[in-house]
Amino acid sequence: MSKASLQFENVSFSYENGHEEKEILNTLSFDVQNGEFVSIIGPSGSGKSTIFKLITGLNQPANGEIFINETNYSNRLGKVGYMPQQDLLMPWRTIIENAALPLEIQGMKKREAYDKVRELLVEFGLNGVEHKYPSELSGGMKQRISFLRTVLSGSNVLLLDEPFSSLDAITRLSMQEWLLTQWQKLKLSILFITHDVDEALFLSDRIFVFTESPVRKFVEVNVPLERPREIRDIHTPAVIEVKEQLIEQLRMGSTQ
Amino acid sequence: MKRWNSYFAPFILIFSFFVSWQVVAMIIAMPFILPTPLQVIAKVWDLKDILFLVHLPATLMIIVTGLALSIILGVGLAVWMNLSKTAEKAFYPILVSSQTIPIIALAPIFVLWFGYSIWSKVAVTLLITFFPITVSTFDGLRSSSKELKELLLTMGASKRDIFFKLNVPTALPYFYSGLKVAVTLSVIGAAIGEWLGAQSGLGYFSRRMMTQFDGAGVFAPIVLLSAVGISLFLAVVVLEKITLKWRKSE
Repeated sequence: MSKASLQFENVSFSYENGHEEKEILNTLSFDVQNGEFVSIIGPSGSGKSTIFKLITGLNQPANGEIFINETNYSNRLGKVGYMPQQDLLMPWRTIIENAALPLEIQGMKKREAYDKVRELLVEFGLNGVEHKYPSELSGGMKQRISFLRTVLSGSNVLLLDEPFSSLDAITRLSMQEWLLTQWQKLKLSILFITHDVDEALFLSDRIFVFTESPVRKFVEVNVPLERPREIRDIHTPAVIEVKEQLIEQLRMGSTQ
Repeated sequence: MKRWNSYFAPFILIFSFFVSWQVVAMIIAMPFILPTPLQVIAKVWDLKDILFLVHLPATLMIIVTGLALSIILGVGLAVWMNLSKTAEKAFYPILVSSQTIPIIALAPIFVLWFGYSIWSKVAVTLLITFFPITVSTFDGLRSSSKELKELLLTMGASKRDIFFKLNVPTALPYFYSGLKVAVTLSVIGAAIGEWLGAQSGLGYFSRRMMTQFDGAGVFAPIVLLSAVGISLFLAVVVLEKITLKWRKSE
Protein backbone atom coordinates (compact mmCIF):
# COMPACT_ATOMS: atom_id res chain seq x y z
CA MET A 1 0.00 0.00 0.00
CA SER A 2 2.00 2.93 -1.18
CA LYS A 3 0.47 6.33 -0.74
CA ALA A 4 1.18 9.39 -2.81
CA SER A 5 3.01 12.12 -0.90
CA LEU A 6 2.59 14.53 -3.71
CA GLN A 7 0.20 14.57 -6.63
CA PHE A 8 -0.46 16.94 -9.54
CA GLU A 9 -3.76 16.50 -11.35
CA ASN A 10 -4.16 18.32 -14.66
CA VAL A 11 -2.30 21.37 -13.40
CA SER A 12 -1.95 24.36 -15.74
CA PHE A 13 0.03 27.48 -15.06
CA SER A 14 1.16 30.54 -17.01
CA TYR A 15 3.38 33.46 -16.15
CA GLU A 16 2.25 36.93 -16.98
CA ASN A 17 5.17 38.80 -18.40
CA GLY A 18 3.95 42.35 -18.97
CA HIS A 19 0.92 41.82 -21.20
CA GLU A 20 2.37 38.67 -22.69
CA GLU A 21 1.38 35.36 -21.17
CA LYS A 22 3.82 32.47 -21.19
CA GLU A 23 2.35 29.06 -20.65
CA ILE A 24 4.59 26.81 -18.53
CA LEU A 25 2.43 23.86 -17.57
CA ASN A 26 -0.51 22.49 -19.51
CA THR A 27 -2.69 19.90 -17.73
CA LEU A 28 0.33 18.23 -16.17
CA SER A 29 -0.17 15.21 -13.94
CA PHE A 30 2.42 13.30 -11.90
CA ASP A 31 2.90 11.87 -8.45
CA VAL A 32 5.63 11.13 -5.93
CA GLN A 33 5.05 8.08 -3.75
CA ASN A 34 5.68 7.98 -0.03
CA GLY A 35 9.40 7.47 0.65
CA GLU A 36 10.33 7.96 -2.97
CA PHE A 37 13.26 9.99 -4.32
CA VAL A 38 12.33 11.66 -7.59
CA SER A 39 14.47 14.03 -9.65
CA ILE A 40 13.31 16.58 -12.16
CA ILE A 41 15.76 17.30 -14.91
CA GLY A 42 15.53 19.75 -17.76
CA PRO A 43 17.14 22.70 -19.48
CA SER A 44 17.29 25.95 -17.52
CA GLY A 45 14.30 28.20 -17.96
CA SER A 46 12.04 25.22 -18.66
CA GLY A 47 9.94 25.80 -15.56
CA LYS A 48 11.44 23.41 -13.02
CA SER A 49 11.38 26.02 -10.30
CA THR A 50 7.80 26.93 -11.24
CA ILE A 51 6.71 23.48 -10.14
CA PHE A 52 8.28 24.12 -6.71
CA LYS A 53 6.60 27.50 -6.39
CA LEU A 54 3.29 25.81 -7.10
CA ILE A 55 3.85 23.04 -4.57
CA THR A 56 5.00 25.38 -1.79
CA GLY A 57 1.99 27.62 -2.40
CA LEU A 58 3.92 30.72 -3.47
CA ASN A 59 2.02 30.48 -6.77
CA GLN A 60 -1.45 29.15 -7.46
CA PRO A 61 -2.28 26.97 -10.49
CA ALA A 62 -4.67 28.40 -13.06
CA ASN A 63 -6.35 25.01 -13.31
CA GLY A 64 -6.05 21.59 -11.75
CA GLU A 65 -5.35 20.31 -8.27
CA ILE A 66 -2.29 19.72 -6.12
CA PHE A 67 -2.42 17.13 -3.34
CA ILE A 68 0.06 16.94 -0.48
CA ASN A 69 -0.24 13.70 1.46
CA GLU A 70 -3.56 13.18 -0.32
CA THR A 71 -5.00 16.45 0.92
CA ASN A 72 -5.89 19.38 -1.32
CA TYR A 73 -5.02 22.34 0.94
CA SER A 74 -6.41 25.74 0.05
CA ASN A 75 -3.26 27.29 1.52
CA ARG A 76 -0.16 25.16 0.97
CA LEU A 77 2.30 27.60 2.60
CA GLY A 78 4.09 25.82 5.43
CA LYS A 79 3.00 22.32 4.32
CA VAL A 80 6.24 21.12 2.70
CA GLY A 81 9.93 21.67 3.36
CA TYR A 82 11.68 23.74 0.70
CA MET A 83 15.43 23.98 0.31
CA PRO A 84 16.55 26.74 -2.06
CA GLN A 85 19.53 26.77 -4.40
CA GLN A 86 21.55 29.19 -2.27
CA ASP A 87 21.73 28.21 1.39
CA LEU A 88 19.86 31.43 2.40
CA LEU A 89 21.00 31.27 6.00
CA MET A 90 20.46 34.55 7.80
CA PRO A 91 23.90 36.09 8.41
CA TRP A 92 22.76 37.70 11.68
CA ARG A 93 21.63 34.42 13.22
CA THR A 94 23.88 31.71 14.62
CA ILE A 95 23.56 28.19 13.23
CA ILE A 96 21.22 27.05 15.97
CA GLU A 97 19.04 30.14 15.53
CA ASN A 98 18.95 29.64 11.78
CA ALA A 99 17.98 26.00 12.03
CA ALA A 100 15.27 26.75 14.60
CA LEU A 101 13.58 29.24 12.28
CA PRO A 102 10.79 26.97 10.96
CA LEU A 103 10.02 25.80 14.51
CA GLU A 104 9.90 29.40 15.72
CA ILE A 105 7.44 30.26 12.95
CA GLN A 106 5.27 27.32 13.93
CA GLY A 107 5.12 28.91 17.38
CA MET A 108 7.37 26.52 19.32
CA LYS A 109 9.03 27.82 22.49
CA LYS A 110 12.65 28.82 22.00
CA ARG A 111 14.14 26.33 24.46
CA GLU A 112 12.15 23.44 23.09
CA ALA A 113 13.10 24.41 19.53
CA TYR A 114 16.81 24.62 20.39
CA ASP A 115 16.69 21.21 22.08
CA LYS A 116 15.21 19.75 18.93
CA VAL A 117 17.82 21.42 16.74
CA ARG A 118 20.64 20.16 18.97
CA GLU A 119 19.29 16.63 18.74
CA LEU A 120 19.32 16.76 14.94
CA LEU A 121 22.74 18.42 14.82
CA VAL A 122 24.16 15.45 16.70
CA GLU A 123 22.29 13.00 14.51
CA PHE A 124 23.60 14.69 11.36
CA GLY A 125 27.14 14.74 12.76
CA LEU A 126 27.21 18.52 12.87
CA ASN A 127 27.62 19.22 16.58
CA GLY A 128 30.04 21.92 17.64
CA VAL A 129 28.92 24.55 15.15
CA GLU A 130 25.68 25.69 16.79
CA HIS A 131 27.03 29.02 18.05
CA LYS A 132 28.95 29.92 14.91
CA TYR A 133 27.70 32.35 12.31
CA PRO A 134 27.07 31.15 8.72
CA SER A 135 30.00 33.21 7.41
CA GLU A 136 32.34 31.04 9.47
CA LEU A 137 31.29 27.81 7.73
CA SER A 138 32.27 26.22 4.41
CA GLY A 139 29.83 25.94 1.51
CA GLY A 140 29.18 22.26 2.15
CA MET A 141 28.51 22.86 5.84
CA LYS A 142 26.09 25.68 5.06
CA GLN A 143 24.15 23.40 2.72
CA ARG A 144 23.95 20.74 5.44
CA ILE A 145 22.53 23.30 7.86
CA SER A 146 20.12 24.48 5.18
CA PHE A 147 19.00 20.87 4.69
CA LEU A 148 18.63 20.42 8.44
CA ARG A 149 16.45 23.53 8.55
CA THR A 150 14.35 22.06 5.74
CA VAL A 151 13.92 18.80 7.66
CA LEU A 152 12.84 20.78 10.74
CA SER A 153 9.89 22.15 8.79
CA GLY A 154 8.43 18.86 9.99
CA SER A 155 7.01 17.80 6.64
CA ASN A 156 7.69 14.37 5.13
CA VAL A 157 7.78 16.01 1.69
CA LEU A 158 10.97 17.90 0.84
CA LEU A 159 11.64 19.94 -2.27
CA LEU A 160 15.32 20.48 -3.03
CA ASP A 161 16.16 23.00 -5.74
CA GLU A 162 19.64 22.29 -7.15
CA PRO A 163 21.07 22.38 -3.63
CA PHE A 164 24.57 21.22 -4.58
CA SER A 165 25.08 23.16 -7.80
CA SER A 166 27.43 25.71 -6.24
CA LEU A 167 29.70 23.14 -4.55
CA ASP A 168 32.92 21.69 -5.89
CA ALA A 169 32.89 18.14 -7.30
CA ILE A 170 34.38 16.38 -4.24
CA THR A 171 32.15 18.16 -1.73
CA ARG A 172 29.16 17.54 -3.96
CA LEU A 173 29.80 13.79 -4.02
CA SER A 174 30.06 13.53 -0.25
CA MET A 175 26.92 15.68 0.09
CA GLN A 176 25.03 13.33 -2.23
CA GLU A 177 26.02 10.30 -0.18
CA TRP A 178 25.16 12.17 3.02
CA LEU A 179 21.76 13.17 1.63
CA LEU A 180 20.90 9.56 0.72
CA THR A 181 21.77 8.43 4.25
CA GLN A 182 19.53 11.07 5.82
CA TRP A 183 16.74 10.37 3.36
CA GLN A 184 16.69 6.68 4.22
CA LYS A 185 17.00 7.28 7.94
CA LEU A 186 14.19 9.84 8.08
CA LYS A 187 11.91 8.10 5.53
CA LEU A 188 11.31 11.23 3.49
CA SER A 189 9.74 11.82 0.11
CA ILE A 190 12.07 14.01 -1.92
CA LEU A 191 11.54 15.90 -5.14
CA PHE A 192 14.95 17.05 -6.36
CA ILE A 193 15.67 19.54 -9.15
CA THR A 194 18.99 19.21 -10.94
CA HIS A 195 20.55 19.75 -14.34
CA ASP A 196 23.21 17.13 -13.70
CA VAL A 197 22.31 13.76 -15.25
CA ASP A 198 24.82 11.80 -13.13
CA GLU A 199 23.48 13.35 -9.94
CA ALA A 200 19.91 12.43 -10.89
CA LEU A 201 20.90 8.85 -11.70
CA PHE A 202 22.85 8.35 -8.50
CA LEU A 203 20.16 9.73 -6.21
CA SER A 204 16.76 8.93 -7.66
CA ASP A 205 14.25 6.12 -7.97
CA ARG A 206 12.60 7.87 -10.88
CA ILE A 207 13.58 10.80 -13.09
CA PHE A 208 11.16 13.21 -14.74
CA VAL A 209 12.48 14.88 -17.88
CA PHE A 210 11.26 18.18 -19.28
CA THR A 211 11.14 17.72 -23.03
CA GLU A 212 8.54 20.20 -24.18
CA SER A 213 7.34 23.68 -23.42
CA PRO A 214 4.68 24.10 -22.16
CA VAL A 215 4.82 20.75 -20.37
CA ARG A 216 1.91 18.37 -20.89
CA LYS A 217 3.63 15.23 -19.71
CA PHE A 218 7.03 14.37 -18.29
CA VAL A 219 9.10 11.67 -19.90
CA GLU A 220 9.57 9.30 -17.00
CA VAL A 221 12.65 7.15 -16.49
CA ASN A 222 13.16 4.45 -13.86
CA VAL A 223 16.70 4.13 -12.55
CA PRO A 224 17.72 0.46 -12.73
CA LEU A 225 19.67 0.39 -9.48
CA GLU A 226 19.14 -1.20 -6.08
CA ARG A 227 19.78 0.51 -2.76
CA PRO A 228 22.07 1.17 -0.99
CA ARG A 229 24.10 2.51 -3.87
CA GLU A 230 27.66 3.51 -4.39
CA ILE A 231 28.87 6.14 -6.78
CA ARG A 232 30.57 3.61 -9.06
CA ASP A 233 27.22 1.87 -9.62
CA ILE A 234 26.25 4.54 -12.11
CA HIS A 235 28.88 3.15 -14.47
CA THR A 236 27.12 -0.22 -14.93
CA PRO A 237 25.94 -0.87 -18.51
CA ALA A 238 22.22 -0.70 -17.67
CA VAL A 239 22.62 2.75 -16.13
CA ILE A 240 24.81 4.01 -18.95
CA GLU A 241 22.09 3.01 -21.38
CA VAL A 242 19.53 4.99 -19.40
CA LYS A 243 21.93 7.93 -19.25
CA GLU A 244 22.34 7.98 -23.02
CA GLN A 245 18.59 7.83 -23.40
CA LEU A 246 18.21 10.77 -20.98
CA ILE A 247 20.77 12.92 -22.75
CA GLU A 248 19.11 12.17 -26.09
CA GLN A 249 15.76 13.33 -24.72
CA LEU A 250 17.21 16.46 -23.18
CA ARG A 251 18.89 17.30 -26.47
CA MET A 252 15.63 16.86 -28.37
CA GLY A 253 13.88 19.06 -25.83
CA SER A 254 16.37 21.87 -26.16
CA THR A 255 16.34 21.93 -29.96
CA GLN A 256 12.58 22.16 -30.10
CA MET B 1 52.76 47.59 15.05
CA LYS B 2 50.12 48.10 12.41
CA ARG B 3 47.67 49.38 15.01
CA TRP B 4 50.22 51.90 16.25
CA ASN B 5 50.84 53.03 12.67
CA SER B 6 47.17 53.64 12.03
CA TYR B 7 47.02 56.05 14.98
CA PHE B 8 50.36 57.64 14.24
CA ALA B 9 49.39 59.53 11.07
CA PRO B 10 46.29 61.28 12.43
CA PHE B 11 48.12 62.09 15.67
CA ILE B 12 50.98 63.79 13.82
CA LEU B 13 48.51 65.68 11.63
CA ILE B 14 46.44 66.99 14.56
CA PHE B 15 49.51 67.77 16.60
CA SER B 16 51.10 69.83 13.81
CA PHE B 17 47.75 71.57 13.25
CA PHE B 18 47.63 72.72 16.87
CA VAL B 19 51.29 73.70 16.87
CA SER B 20 50.82 75.89 13.77
CA TRP B 21 47.67 77.38 15.30
CA GLN B 22 49.58 78.18 18.47
CA VAL B 23 52.44 79.79 16.51
CA VAL B 24 50.20 81.80 14.16
CA ALA B 25 48.01 83.02 17.04
CA MET B 26 51.08 84.09 18.99
CA ILE B 27 52.37 86.03 15.96
CA ILE B 28 49.03 87.79 15.41
CA ALA B 29 48.76 88.37 19.16
CA MET B 30 45.11 89.44 19.14
CA PRO B 31 43.49 86.90 21.49
CA PHE B 32 39.98 88.37 21.06
CA ILE B 33 40.15 87.36 17.37
CA LEU B 34 42.30 84.25 17.47
CA PRO B 35 43.16 82.78 20.86
CA THR B 36 45.88 80.14 21.10
CA PRO B 37 44.89 76.54 21.87
CA LEU B 38 46.62 76.83 25.24
CA GLN B 39 44.55 79.90 26.09
CA VAL B 40 41.39 77.99 25.15
CA ILE B 41 42.33 75.11 27.42
CA ALA B 42 43.12 77.50 30.24
CA LYS B 43 39.72 79.11 29.69
CA VAL B 44 37.94 75.74 29.88
CA TRP B 45 39.67 75.19 33.20
CA ASP B 46 38.80 78.68 34.49
CA LEU B 47 35.14 78.32 33.56
CA LYS B 48 34.87 74.65 34.46
CA ASP B 49 32.13 75.10 37.06
CA ILE B 50 29.73 77.10 34.93
CA LEU B 51 30.54 75.18 31.73
CA PHE B 52 30.19 71.68 33.15
CA LEU B 53 27.45 72.24 35.70
CA VAL B 54 25.16 74.75 33.96
CA HIS B 55 25.66 74.95 30.22
CA LEU B 56 26.72 71.41 29.36
CA PRO B 57 23.69 69.80 31.08
CA ALA B 58 21.36 72.28 29.34
CA THR B 59 22.76 71.41 25.92
CA LEU B 60 22.84 67.68 26.63
CA MET B 61 19.18 67.83 27.61
CA ILE B 62 18.32 69.37 24.23
CA ILE B 63 20.43 66.85 22.31
CA VAL B 64 19.05 63.81 24.13
CA THR B 65 15.42 64.95 23.89
CA GLY B 66 15.81 65.92 20.25
CA LEU B 67 17.52 62.66 19.30
CA ALA B 68 15.03 60.53 21.22
CA LEU B 69 12.06 62.19 19.52
CA SER B 70 13.84 61.97 16.20
CA ILE B 71 14.44 58.22 16.59
CA ILE B 72 10.86 57.54 17.66
CA LEU B 73 9.29 59.63 14.91
CA GLY B 74 11.86 58.73 12.25
CA VAL B 75 11.71 54.96 12.79
CA GLY B 76 7.93 55.16 13.13
CA LEU B 77 7.57 57.00 9.84
CA ALA B 78 10.03 54.64 8.11
CA VAL B 79 8.01 51.62 9.26
CA TRP B 80 4.77 53.25 8.17
CA MET B 81 6.18 54.08 4.73
CA ASN B 82 7.43 50.51 4.46
CA LEU B 83 3.99 49.06 5.25
CA SER B 84 1.96 51.39 3.10
CA LYS B 85 2.72 52.51 -0.43
CA THR B 86 0.31 55.42 0.05
CA ALA B 87 2.19 56.65 3.10
CA GLU B 88 5.45 56.40 1.17
CA LYS B 89 4.07 58.44 -1.73
CA ALA B 90 2.61 61.03 0.64
CA PHE B 91 5.55 61.52 2.99
CA TYR B 92 8.68 60.92 0.95
CA PRO B 93 8.49 64.18 -1.07
CA ILE B 94 7.72 66.15 2.09
CA LEU B 95 10.64 64.52 3.83
CA VAL B 96 13.04 65.46 1.06
CA SER B 97 11.71 69.01 0.72
CA SER B 98 12.02 69.51 4.49
CA GLN B 99 15.77 69.21 3.98
CA THR B 100 15.85 72.03 1.44
CA ILE B 101 14.59 74.52 4.03
CA PRO B 102 17.49 76.49 5.51
CA ILE B 103 17.06 75.60 9.13
CA ILE B 104 18.95 78.62 10.43
CA ALA B 105 16.30 80.76 8.75
CA LEU B 106 13.55 78.74 10.36
CA ALA B 107 14.97 78.70 13.89
CA PRO B 108 13.80 82.24 14.84
CA ILE B 109 10.23 81.14 14.04
CA PHE B 110 10.60 78.27 16.49
CA VAL B 111 11.68 80.81 19.08
CA LEU B 112 8.49 82.75 18.33
CA TRP B 113 6.39 79.60 18.68
CA PHE B 114 8.03 77.97 21.68
CA GLY B 115 9.69 80.96 23.32
CA TYR B 116 13.00 80.59 25.13
CA SER B 117 11.93 77.17 26.47
CA ILE B 118 13.84 74.00 25.64
CA TRP B 119 11.31 73.13 22.92
CA SER B 120 12.46 75.72 20.38
CA LYS B 121 15.93 74.16 20.47
CA VAL B 122 14.56 70.62 20.45
CA ALA B 123 12.55 71.51 17.34
CA VAL B 124 15.70 72.60 15.49
CA THR B 125 17.56 69.46 16.58
CA LEU B 126 14.63 67.26 15.58
CA LEU B 127 14.30 68.85 12.16
CA ILE B 128 18.00 68.44 11.43
CA THR B 129 18.35 64.81 12.65
CA PHE B 130 15.03 63.41 11.49
CA PHE B 131 16.01 63.05 7.84
CA PRO B 132 19.07 60.75 8.06
CA ILE B 133 17.34 58.45 10.53
CA THR B 134 14.13 58.13 8.53
CA VAL B 135 15.73 57.70 5.14
CA SER B 136 18.34 55.17 6.22
CA THR B 137 15.85 53.08 8.21
CA PHE B 138 13.39 53.15 5.32
CA ASP B 139 16.07 52.07 2.84
CA GLY B 140 17.12 49.32 5.25
CA LEU B 141 13.62 47.95 5.60
CA ARG B 142 13.26 47.97 1.83
CA SER B 143 16.51 46.15 1.14
CA SER B 144 15.65 42.75 2.63
CA SER B 145 16.21 39.74 0.40
CA LYS B 146 13.28 38.63 -1.73
CA GLU B 147 14.52 35.03 -1.70
CA LEU B 148 14.60 34.95 2.09
CA LYS B 149 11.10 36.37 2.21
CA GLU B 150 9.86 33.61 -0.08
CA LEU B 151 11.64 31.00 2.01
CA LEU B 152 9.96 32.32 5.16
CA LEU B 153 6.60 32.23 3.37
CA THR B 154 7.11 28.58 2.46
CA MET B 155 7.63 27.93 6.18
CA GLY B 156 4.20 29.42 6.78
CA ALA B 157 5.42 32.78 8.11
CA SER B 158 2.95 35.58 8.79
CA LYS B 159 3.49 39.22 7.82
CA ARG B 160 4.51 39.86 11.40
CA ASP B 161 7.13 37.07 11.29
CA ILE B 162 8.58 38.51 8.09
CA PHE B 163 8.73 41.99 9.57
CA PHE B 164 10.43 41.03 12.83
CA LYS B 165 12.58 38.12 11.69
CA LEU B 166 13.66 39.50 8.32
CA ASN B 167 13.00 43.22 7.78
CA VAL B 168 14.11 44.48 11.19
CA PRO B 169 17.46 42.63 11.33
CA THR B 170 18.17 43.68 7.73
CA ALA B 171 17.42 47.32 8.52
CA LEU B 172 19.48 47.50 11.72
CA PRO B 173 22.90 48.24 10.14
CA TYR B 174 21.28 50.92 7.96
CA PHE B 175 19.65 52.44 11.03
CA TYR B 176 23.02 52.72 12.76
CA SER B 177 24.54 54.47 9.74
CA GLY B 178 21.72 57.00 9.86
CA LEU B 179 22.12 57.40 13.61
CA LYS B 180 25.83 58.12 13.26
CA VAL B 181 25.08 61.01 10.93
CA ALA B 182 22.23 62.14 13.18
CA VAL B 183 24.22 62.32 16.45
CA THR B 184 26.85 64.58 14.94
CA LEU B 185 24.15 66.77 13.39
CA SER B 186 22.28 66.90 16.70
CA VAL B 187 25.15 68.86 18.27
CA ILE B 188 24.97 71.39 15.45
CA GLY B 189 21.19 71.60 15.78
CA ALA B 190 21.33 72.26 19.51
CA ALA B 191 24.04 74.91 19.09
CA ILE B 192 22.15 76.74 16.34
CA GLY B 193 19.01 76.68 18.46
CA GLU B 194 20.85 78.13 21.43
CA TRP B 195 22.51 80.78 19.35
CA LEU B 196 19.19 82.19 18.31
CA GLY B 197 17.40 82.22 21.59
CA ALA B 198 18.33 80.68 24.90
CA GLN B 199 19.22 81.51 28.48
CA SER B 200 21.71 78.69 28.94
CA GLY B 201 23.59 76.10 26.95
CA LEU B 202 27.00 75.90 25.30
CA GLY B 203 25.86 77.63 22.09
CA TYR B 204 24.34 80.47 24.07
CA PHE B 205 27.48 80.82 26.20
CA SER B 206 29.75 80.92 23.17
CA ARG B 207 27.70 83.73 21.67
CA ARG B 208 27.67 85.70 24.89
CA MET B 209 31.47 85.51 25.05
CA MET B 210 31.62 86.86 21.52
CA THR B 211 29.76 90.00 22.53
CA GLN B 212 32.40 90.43 25.23
CA PHE B 213 35.27 90.00 22.73
CA ASP B 214 36.52 87.03 24.73
CA GLY B 215 38.10 84.89 22.01
CA ALA B 216 39.11 82.03 24.26
CA GLY B 217 35.64 82.15 25.85
CA VAL B 218 34.07 81.63 22.41
CA PHE B 219 36.21 78.59 21.74
CA ALA B 220 35.95 76.96 25.16
CA PRO B 221 32.28 75.85 24.83
CA ILE B 222 32.94 74.84 21.20
CA VAL B 223 35.59 72.43 22.45
CA LEU B 224 32.99 70.90 24.73
CA LEU B 225 30.36 70.73 21.94
CA SER B 226 32.81 68.92 19.75
CA ALA B 227 33.67 66.51 22.57
CA VAL B 228 29.94 65.80 23.03
CA GLY B 229 29.59 65.05 19.31
CA ILE B 230 32.58 62.70 19.32
CA SER B 231 31.40 60.87 22.46
CA LEU B 232 27.91 60.37 21.02
CA PHE B 233 29.39 59.03 17.81
CA LEU B 234 31.62 56.60 19.72
CA ALA B 235 28.64 55.51 21.82
CA VAL B 236 26.77 54.55 18.65
CA VAL B 237 29.82 52.67 17.36
CA VAL B 238 30.02 50.69 20.61
CA LEU B 239 26.28 49.96 20.52
CA GLU B 240 26.63 48.81 16.94
CA LYS B 241 29.51 46.48 17.82
CA ILE B 242 27.51 44.92 20.66
CA THR B 243 24.26 44.40 18.78
CA LEU B 244 25.74 43.40 15.43
CA LYS B 245 28.19 40.79 16.65
CA TRP B 246 27.77 38.74 13.47
CA ARG B 247 29.39 41.45 11.37
CA LYS B 248 32.76 40.92 13.00
CA SER B 249 32.97 37.42 11.60
CA GLU B 250 32.30 38.58 8.03
